[in-house]
Amino acid sequence: MAISFNSVGTQLARRAAPWVVPALLVVVWQWAATHGVLTSRILPAPLAVLEAGARLWQSGELWAHLKISFWRAAIGFSVGGGIGLLLGLITGLSKRGELLLDTTVQMIRNVPPLALIPLVILWFGIDEAAKLFLVAFGTLFPVYINTYHGIKSVDKDLVEMAKSYGLRGWPLFRDVILPGALPSILVGVRFALGFAWILLIVAETISASSGIGYLAMNAREFLQTDVVVLAILLYALLGKLSDYGARKLERLWLRWHPAYQ
Amino acid sequence: MTQTTVEPALGVALTIRNLSKRFGDQTVLQALDLDIRAGEFVAIVGRSGCGKSTLLRLIAGLETASTGQVLADGSPMDTGHFDTRMMFQDARLLPWKTVLQNVGLGLTGNWQPKALAALAEVGLTDHAGKWPSQLSGGQRQRVALARALIHEPQLLLLDEPLGALDALTRIEMQQLIERLWQQHRFTVLLVTHDVEEAVALGDRVLLIEKGQVGLDLQVPLHRTRSRGAAGFAALEEQVLSRVLSLPGKEAIPEPAPIALGALRWAL
Repeated sequence: MAISFNSVGTQLARRAAPWVVPALLVVVWQWAATHGVLTSRILPAPLAVLEAGARLWQSGELWAHLKISFWRAAIGFSVGGGIGLLLGLITGLSKRGELLLDTTVQMIRNVPPLALIPLVILWFGIDEAAKLFLVAFGTLFPVYINTYHGIKSVDKDLVEMAKSYGLRGWPLFRDVILPGALPSILVGVRFALGFAWILLIVAETISASSGIGYLAMNAREFLQTDVVVLAILLYALLGKLSDYGARKLERLWLRWHPAYQ
Repeated sequence: MTQTTVEPALGVALTIRNLSKRFGDQTVLQALDLDIRAGEFVAIVGRSGCGKSTLLRLIAGLETASTGQVLADGSPMDTGHFDTRMMFQDARLLPWKTVLQNVGLGLTGNWQPKALAALAEVGLTDHAGKWPSQLSGGQRQRVALARALIHEPQLLLLDEPLGALDALTRIEMQQLIERLWQQHRFTVLLVTHDVEEAVALGDRVLLIEKGQVGLDLQVPLHRTRSRGAAGFAALEEQVLSRVLSLPGKEAIPEPAPIALGALRWAL
C-alpha cells in the first residue's frame, strides 16, 4: 500500500518537477509586488495581470485584438510561406530556375525585414498592408531555403529507383520528391511561424490601431503595466500555439518517419 | 542457336555487342560481347570495381554506353517494349509509403489485389500495412523483390541484392529467387561477389575481369543444388581460383572466401 502510494507519488513529482521553478517565480513575484518590493510601475502583480486579462476579455476588447493579430499572422504567413514554397520548388526542381532565381533570392534574404520598416510605412502608411507585407517578407525566406534544401537532399538512389519504375513528372514529384523534401519544408514552416510573430509584434507596436501590439503600446501611454505584461504573455501563448500546430502537422505528415513512431 | 527455342520462356534474350563504358580516363568495360538466352539465369562475379555493376546498369538503361549496344530479342533495349526491373543492394523502398504502397509503386487503377498477391509470393502479406522502417533488412529486400515481380518483368537485374544480408537470410532469399524464377521464367542477371551464390543459382557463371568476360562457365548441376556435393565444390573452386589467380589491384582477396566459410559452417 505504502509502496504503491509512493510510486504514484514519485510519478506525480516527476510530472510536476519542471513546473516548480516557474511556480516559485510567480509566487515570489506576487509576494514582492504585494509587499512593495516591486512597484507596479515596474512590474504589476501576477494577479493584477490576470485581472486585467479578465477585464479586457469581458469588454470584448481582448478578443477583438487577438483575432486581428491572429489573422495578420495567418495571412502574412500564408502569402510569404506560399511564395517561399513556390520559389523553393522552382529553384529546387529546375536547373534553369536555380540559375536564374537563387542568387537574387539569396541577396534579398540578407536584408533584415525590420530594416524595411521606414520604407514600408512610406509605401503603405500604417495600413493593414504594411503589417502583412512585413510578415510575408520575413516568412518567405525560411520556407524558401528549407524547401530548396529539402528537394536538393532527396535521396538520389530513390529517385533513380522511381525513374526505373517508370515514374516521371507529376507522379515522381508527388510520390518521391515532395515526401522526401517534406521534413525539411516543415522545419522551414516552424522557423517561419516563429518569425511571423516577432515581425508582427514590431509592426503592431510601431504603427497600428488594433492588435495585441497596439494594445500594449496604448497601455504604455496610460502606464497600465498590467496590460503591457498581459500583451507580452499573449504573444508567448500565440507563438506557442502556432508551434504546437506545426508539430501536429509533423506528426501527421511524417508518421512514416522513425523519429515520429 | 535461335532455331532451338522451343522452351516456353517468357524471358527476353540479350545480345550485347562491343559494349564499352568509360568514366573520364578510366575504362570500365571494354568491347564486351555477350549472348544470353531467354529465360537463362546468369550469375556475374568479379572483383570490386571490375565493371560487373556497370554492365547491369548499362543494360537497365541507368547509364549510357560509350560504344556498342544491348539488343533485347534483336531490337534495342531503350524502345521500352521490354519490361526490365532492377533490384539494388539496398532495397530502396520509399520510407513514406507503406509496404503495400511500395509494392504497387507506379501502378494505376485497381492495383491493391495485385500488390497483395505479389506480397504473398514473398511471404509478407501480414506486413502490408507497415512502414519500411519497421522491417528487417531481409524483409525489405523481399518487398523490393515483390515490387519488381508485380510488373511481370521479362528481365530481372539483380545488383548484389543479398550482399547486406546475414548468412541464413541470404540462403532463404536465394531459394525464394530461384523458386520465383522457375515459376515465372524471366531472364535473370545476378551480380554478386559471392562465388558460392553464383554457383548455387546460375545456369551459367560469368567472370568479368579487365572490363571483359574472363570466364564463361556452364553449371551443369541439377536444381535444387546441394552445396555439399562434390560437383558443386569443384565448380566453386574453379571459379574462385580463377578470381584469385588474377593479379588484382589489391593483394587482399574479396570478402567472398570468408563469407563462404561462414556459410558452410552455418549450414
